[in-house]
Amino acid sequence: MNEPHAIAVQFKQVTKSFGTQRILNDVSFHIEQGRALCVLGRSGTGKSVTLKLIMALMRPDSGEIWVDRDNVVGMDEHHLSSVRKKLGYLFQDAALFDSLTLYENLALPLARLTKKAKNEIDELVHRTLTDVGLGGDGGKYPSALSGGMKKRAGLARALVLGPKILLADEPSSGLDRITASEIDELLMRRRAEHGTALVIVSHDIHGVGRVADRVAVLDKGSLVAFGSVKEVSQSENEVARRLITERTDV
Amino acid sequence: MRWITKVLEFVGKVGLLGLRVLTDSIRPPFEFAQLLRHLAEVGNKSLALIVVSGFALGAVMTLHTRSTLVTFGATAMIPAVQAVSFFVEIGPLVAGLLLAGRVGSGIGAVLANMRASEQIDAIESLSIDSFKFLVVPRVLACVITLPLLTLFMDFAGLLGGFLSEELTSHIAPALYFNRAFDHLHWSNFIAPTLKTAVFGFIIGSVSSHFGYSTDKGAQGVGEAATNSVVVSSLLIIVADVLLIKCIYFLFPDTAL
Repeated sequence: MNEPHAIAVQFKQVTKSFGTQRILNDVSFHIEQGRALCVLGRSGTGKSVTLKLIMALMRPDSGEIWVDRDNVVGMDEHHLSSVRKKLGYLFQDAALFDSLTLYENLALPLARLTKKAKNEIDELVHRTLTDVGLGGDGGKYPSALSGGMKKRAGLARALVLGPKILLADEPSSGLDRITASEIDELLMRRRAEHGTALVIVSHDIHGVGRVADRVAVLDKGSLVAFGSVKEVSQSENEVARRLITERTDV
Repeated sequence: MRWITKVLEFVGKVGLLGLRVLTDSIRPPFEFAQLLRHLAEVGNKSLALIVVSGFALGAVMTLHTRSTLVTFGATAMIPAVQAVSFFVEIGPLVAGLLLAGRVGSGIGAVLANMRASEQIDAIESLSIDSFKFLVVPRVLACVITLPLLTLFMDFAGLLGGFLSEELTSHIAPALYFNRAFDHLHWSNFIAPTLKTAVFGFIIGSVSSHFGYSTDKGAQGVGEAATNSVVVSSLLIIVADVLLIKCIYFLFPDTAL
């Protein structure tokens, strides 16, 4: 279990632009270990960019991004490697490697980033796949999986290294309500059993209400609301209020 | 002027990519498993195309050559003409162009699809150097396999030529191949075959550039595949001119 209330992720005055378009403007927030933060906002407001900045797949123009106890801004690849071991990333469309089986998708990070023996890797992959309900599907290629199965498989790959922090980009997008709830259940179970901090980008307000301790609302590059679901639903910012209360995109 | 800037920008980017491939290929960790996989993908899966094309081209060339040489009463030269033309130019060039079509489009499309579907981000998120993991083995596989495939094309062409000639003039196999290799020197064979390693480098680097650097989502996949084939093919032909000049300079006796 992780140390309670220690900072898992912290943004300090982060700014990010693509060309002349400013995506994030002086954004600051933090989330503690074992807590769940949902990042909401209209399309194109920098939600996915936020996750990629945490994973250091992108660099901010200015500001600091702390993951656990490390500022990842300006960090070299060698040190980033050790920080990334603390992070798991569930991509929007799972981003499973097409040319590898499900088993190989999960075994790859274990073989590359740990010194586990082959039998240990086999056991861990099987256990992780079983945890997400795909115990018998290790030999399948991603093309043979349904949308929900791909999300589960992507989640399994994100969890296989036992990350302290899980980043999830639209974990329920494109899924029916029941399957989306099952994914939410898996996220909540992970958090409850392992104290994993969750940073979730979502449009699914139903899921947000169930999973989130904290909600961050981004609009036009700025953080316009931050707090509990209840606090954000009573926010003075109209976009934040509508995102929570209308249960649809605005 | 705008297109000149674009061409120079492209040359610069592909040049830098090629340079990075060279430096990364001698810097550990080495991606041997990926290299073996792509050697099989590029070499093994292209073999049938190369052999069948070479065989058919050899047969057709002999038919054309015969109709001309008959006029001068020089049909005995058919095997030599066939061998020299295949080993010196047709084999290397056609193998290069065929590989650009089959493998170049594949590399461009696969890498662009991986970029669009965030698979490259996923690799980076696992602290794996995506360039070393995806690009370097593909380029090296092209460099290694193209000279080997060229050999297959050369010999398939010679075999196709023999079959065509045998059906027409009933020439004995030993006589045909003796005449074919009598006029062929090592310098006619080694330098042109090795120049295809440069063709392989062009195919791998150009295709990887279009696939790896795309930012146009699904639309970029088709564009990367098409651009990979067109630009690789064009650069192979241009490079061939320059390489022939280099070969003539280094091996003057090959200038027939």
